[in-house]
Amino acid sequence: MDKETKKVLFEPLVDNNPITLQVLGVCSALAVTSQMSTSLIMALALTSVTACSSAAISAVREHIPSSIRIIVQMIIIASLVIVVDQLLKAFAFDVSKKLSVFVGLIITNCIVMGRAEAYAMKNPPLQSFVDGIGNGLGYSLILVIVALFRETLGSGKLLGFDVLPLVKNGGWYVPNGMMLLPPSAFFIIGLIIWGFRTWKPKQVEHNEFKIMSIAHGEGGHH
Amino acid sequence: MLNAEKKTSKYNEQLCKYYEQFRVYADRILALSNDSLEKTVNVALALCLVCAVLVSIATVALRPLQGYNKALDMKKNILDVAGLLEEGTDIDKAFAERIESKIVDLKTGDYVDNINVDEYDQRKAAKDPTQNELIPVEKDIASIRQKAKYTKVFLVKNGDQLQSIILPINGYGLWSTMYGFLALEADAQTVQSINLYDQGETPGLGGEVVNPNWRALWKGKKVYSDKGEVALTLVKGGVDSSRPDSVYKVDGLAGATLTSRGVSNLIQYWMGTEGFATYLNKIRKNG
Repeated sequence: MDKETKKVLFEPLVDNNPITLQVLGVCSALAVTSQMSTSLIMALALTSVTACSSAAISAVREHIPSSIRIIVQMIIIASLVIVVDQLLKAFAFDVSKKLSVFVGLIITNCIVMGRAEAYAMKNPPLQSFVDGIGNGLGYSLILVIVALFRETLGSGKLLGFDVLPLVKNGGWYVPNGMMLLPPSAFFIIGLIIWGFRTWKPKQVEHNEFKIMSIAHGEGGHH
Repeated sequence: MLNAEKKTSKYNEQLCKYYEQFRVYADRILALSNDSLEKTVNVALALCLVCAVLVSIATVALRPLQGYNKALDMKKNILDVAGLLEEGTDIDKAFAERIESKIVDLKTGDYVDNINVDEYDQRKAAKDPTQNELIPVEKDIASIRQKAKYTKVFLVKNGDQLQSIILPINGYGLWSTMYGFLALEADAQTVQSINLYDQGETPGLGGEVVNPNWRALWKGKKVYSDKGEVALTLVKGGVDSSRPDSVYKVDGLAGATLTSRGVSNLIQYWMGTEGFATYLNKIRKNG
């Protein structure tokens, strides 16, 4: 693998993560992460859709009229999402039941459109495909981390196996019900962003304006 | 023979000609400026065509498999509530051997024979104005607004002996309409099991209606009081098993008052005269 491909593939994991740095696709990250199994399937679905749609859009990029650019991207993405949804219903019925509407909502996931618009419209298909995989992996990484905390702390299980024995089953752990509700994902994603930016200070955004200190002599003390 | 060959070769020739024309047309369009109206329209049409074909192929090709999955899932739910589901059970076989599907007219409590049980989709029927019945607000304790006039029931038999009756139930919880099955023993009074297989309640709280430990609490409970009223209900704060009425009470779900209330309501509704009471009375009378 040459250097450029490596960069495109691995940069979105930490250095340019779609969730923590670009702050895209947060909505579904809140919705599906209460269980690890749904998170994994969602991650897989989103990664494949992003990669394939990026490749497809990139392949026709030179012939997309600019006036209907966004619609063309949407149609390609939507078709792929429907295909993925149908595949899940046929081959992973239980998981598709749990994910319910969220697979369909990949259509509106900002990461897919964001990559199409920012990368696939300007780069050749193969690279766009790799870029889609990379960003999908970045999204997956965050989803897995969030689900890890939410499922273990919220229901004492991980992928259906008991990790922390619950009080109601005779163990010692009292589950944290908040972890099962979407707001908890906000806190965890916030903490991850904090962690990433402490590790890589370059990611810290500069203030858009500076707070001025009050100049001496202006207040009315006298 | 020769004639037929001539025909095919002529046909092929014609196809080649069309293809050639298409190529010329496509080349002309592709060479146009991206922002011209003609190209925009052509690109839009071509894209829609390709995507439509792709989506249609996926849907049509996978439909049989999806339908099978759905049916299998429903059979699994029914076997589960009947207590016949174990690790590695052959679902199709077990269902065919042990379970008999019937359709019941809720009003009269009689079996309906002129409808094909396998093709009858009760959820669809509940929404179809020709097959459903709107429930007046004051009677609608389960908050479901409408129900199918005819409903499926499943009988588990051991030889000729009726072992249990499985009834489809549904009702609104906190966030969602919960769908499930209630299995009664042959006395049409004692609960064998409950399985709320389709629900969107809060995971970990109301969603615990699927928890096997909670579901096990239902076994042996009675539905009807001595007066014949629906007495089975969920209670807060634990069931005191020393009290005589504990047989009508199931421990509610911790932290899910509204889901628990929803489950109580749907039992009240479906076991009452609006629901299966007439049918169950007939079963009891006929032995």
